[in-house]
Amino acid sequence: MVATTPLVPAEATEAATLRVTAKQRQADDVLTLELASPSGGRLRDWTPGSHVDLVLPNGLTRQYSLCGDRWDPHTYRVGVLLEPGSRGGSRYVHEHLQVGDLVGVGGPRNNFPLVPSEEYLFVAGGIGITPILPMLRQAELLGAEWRLLYGGRRRGSMAFLDELAPYGERVVVRPEDEYGLLDLAGFLGAPREGARVYACGPSPLLAALERACADWPPYTLRTERFVAEEGGTPVRTAPFEVELARTGTTLTVTPDVSVLEALNRIGVEVLSSCRRGVCGTCETTVLAGRPDHRDALLDDDERDANDCMYVCVSRSRDERLVLDL
Amino acid sequence: MTATAPTGTALPTSDVDPFSHEVLEDPLPMHAELREAGPVVHLARYDVYALARYAEVHAALVDWQQFQSAAGVGLSNFRYEEPWRPPSLLLEADPPRHDAPRRVLQKVLGPRALRRLREGWAADAEALVEEVLARGPAFDAVHSLAATFPLRVFPDAVGIPQPGRENLLPYGDHAFNAFGPDNDLVARGAPRVAELSAWVNAQCRREVLAPVGFGADIWAASDRGDITPEQAPLVVRSLLTAGVDTTVHGISAVLYAFATNPDQWQRLREEPALARVAFDEAVRWESPVQTFFRTATTDVRVGDVVIPEGRKILMFLAAANRDPRRWSDPDRFDLSRDPSGHVGFGMGIHQCAGQHVARLEAEAILTALARRVRTIELDGPTVRHHNNTLRAWESIPVRVRVD
Ligand code: HEM
Ligand code: FES
Repeated sequence: MVATTPLVPAEATEAATLRVTAKQRQADDVLTLELASPSGGRLRDWTPGSHVDLVLPNGLTRQYSLCGDRWDPHTYRVGVLLEPGSRGGSRYVHEHLQVGDLVGVGGPRNNFPLVPSEEYLFVAGGIGITPILPMLRQAELLGAEWRLLYGGRRRGSMAFLDELAPYGERVVVRPEDEYGLLDLAGFLGAPREGARVYACGPSPLLAALERACADWPPYTLRTERFVAEEGGTPVRTAPFEVELARTGTTLTVTPDVSVLEALNRIGVEVLSSCRRGVCGTCETTVLAGRPDHRDALLDDDERDANDCMYVCVSRSRDERLVLDL
Repeated sequence: MTATAPTGTALPTSDVDPFSHEVLEDPLPMHAELREAGPVVHLARYDVYALARYAEVHAALVDWQQFQSAAGVGLSNFRYEEPWRPPSLLLEADPPRHDAPRRVLQKVLGPRALRRLREGWAADAEALVEEVLARGPAFDAVHSLAATFPLRVFPDAVGIPQPGRENLLPYGDHAFNAFGPDNDLVARGAPRVAELSAWVNAQCRREVLAPVGFGADIWAASDRGDITPEQAPLVVRSLLTAGVDTTVHGISAVLYAFATNPDQWQRLREEPALARVAFDEAVRWESPVQTFFRTATTDVRVGDVVIPEGRKILMFLAAANRDPRRWSDPDRFDLSRDPSGHVGFGMGIHQCAGQHVARLEAEAILTALARRVRTIELDGPTVRHHNNTLRAWESIPVRVRVD
């Protein structure tokens, strides 16, 4: 087979804004979005367990796990549950977001990476299936033993059952209205060395797993809390100011340029390399103001420290940022 | 050497041997010829495909799906040939196996993790510069500075013991030769391979490594289960293989660049903050790592050419870094240029995990030199060191004037 993908010119790979290319219903109240670069370029690479920050056209930022195929460098897929009582995030996605719309994207970042193991026990509750889905394929590729216990309220509310079907008996589907609460102890079996338990779902499920894994070796259980929609401050879509502490210069960064570009335009040279928030070369010290982190490098604590940013992709949450330049 | 496109086909072919001594002495004419011949050129001698233009090299580097590393990033195809040592878990691995070791190493060598080294390395660089200058105004920039400084700071940062450190450079030299063909350079290293490998492997063991350092950090990651205890020593090994010769020749490159471009040295003196840019510009200009190979995972189209599945592709990072399609006046070493985007450290998921370490070393030594040295110029004929992958130096005699 001849791969028809042409080699894309390097300049066309920037991917901070994506276009919605498909919107598909997967289950009651669950849909998937497919996203691609408007220029058709490669998207940033990701690993199973990663999420992206999507900046919706209404200004709200929401995190969604990637559940597509990393061997397709041009498409991201995310699953979105319509949360009861949602006002801006998932309701907006379900009711207003259209194929063709543009969304901002940050990351991907991975707080839930798949570590090497000979045996994986996956547990997913509801929409928590999304980060687990690409892990299954990965476990297959690695030739590891694995099983999945997948719970949900009703069969009709559980997404991706069709994609899970080919895995046969290794996937145990347990809707609550048919089977009651998940039998975690029965699924996990006796504590043993060398296995990893990966779980994503609502807090009560994860708490139950923590109890169920209490007698297992340390670091066996790895979880990702399915974050309920919080209020969240809208990100800034208006221009912001960047003050350079060493020279006293102030510049305005408009939505159409990166901080790096804005700096370069006035002759301030900051070394960069990947220009997509993955290599760390453009790290710049932040003296005041809160950056809007869009990189794939900082973990949550590092982000909250607000002491540095990657100017090739990250922006500002405040009206003014002061940089050590 | 000739690069010709037989009529009726889109694939130019060349009979050049990129690993011959003639080319290793001065590869620039070959780079230019391959770049001009077309976006992809068949190298008849090794029956491989070569990319020498920036756009294609960059595209191949980032496209791990179609251009894999796990079949080896040298000429040898691991699908058919036994590697000379257990393959690297980083350099010679594809996703998904590449993921976990990469994640661990990226954190251990990340800019934030290096903050604790900055002050110490700056002081070490100043001390070394003082020592060298105290011996007189004429010295060999390779032996006195470029080979000395990384060997003083890097093995300590990894946490390996003192004895045997003289093995690091010969081991790395052989490892980088081994990416090329089985030529005289490889043969020359062969007698010591077993001994050097045994020494390097012994340094990767937990009980040998200092309690604080990159090595200990890697083992700590295995305690957390982020990598396995079997993987940890191989990840440490990747530091010892990839982290020494590269910086020695990278620092040599920037010192040579300044010794031959006095106006640029003046610029650095006036604006010492340019040290970081200067090093990356030198990495672009000299490309200490000249080449790496990939293997096509599918029939992959480059321009009008289809490279068949399973075939080796030679990426000339050095030629891409001087491609006039991407860089204006590419042969000039110029601090006013923005070297960002060069592929001297690679690009994409395999991009150099140690780039921040290399930059910190270079920044320390350049800053210390710029503080003391008014002029630096060549003081005799320079001598190249030939290596199948590295653009390397044996000797750069310089003479300086101090303030
Ligand atoms: C001027 C100095 C250096 C240069 C020019 C350089 C160059 C490179 C290049 C071109 C690659 C990409 C290989 C590929 O795509 O197949 C690479 C990878 C790598 N480098 Fe460096 N390097 C330097 C210094 C270092 C240092 C100091 C370290 C260790 C501290 C290091 C560790 C690595 C590792 C582990 C990889 C493999 C990464 C992966 O495959 O994920 N390098 N380097
Ligand atoms: S240039 Fe790579 S993180 Fe900004």
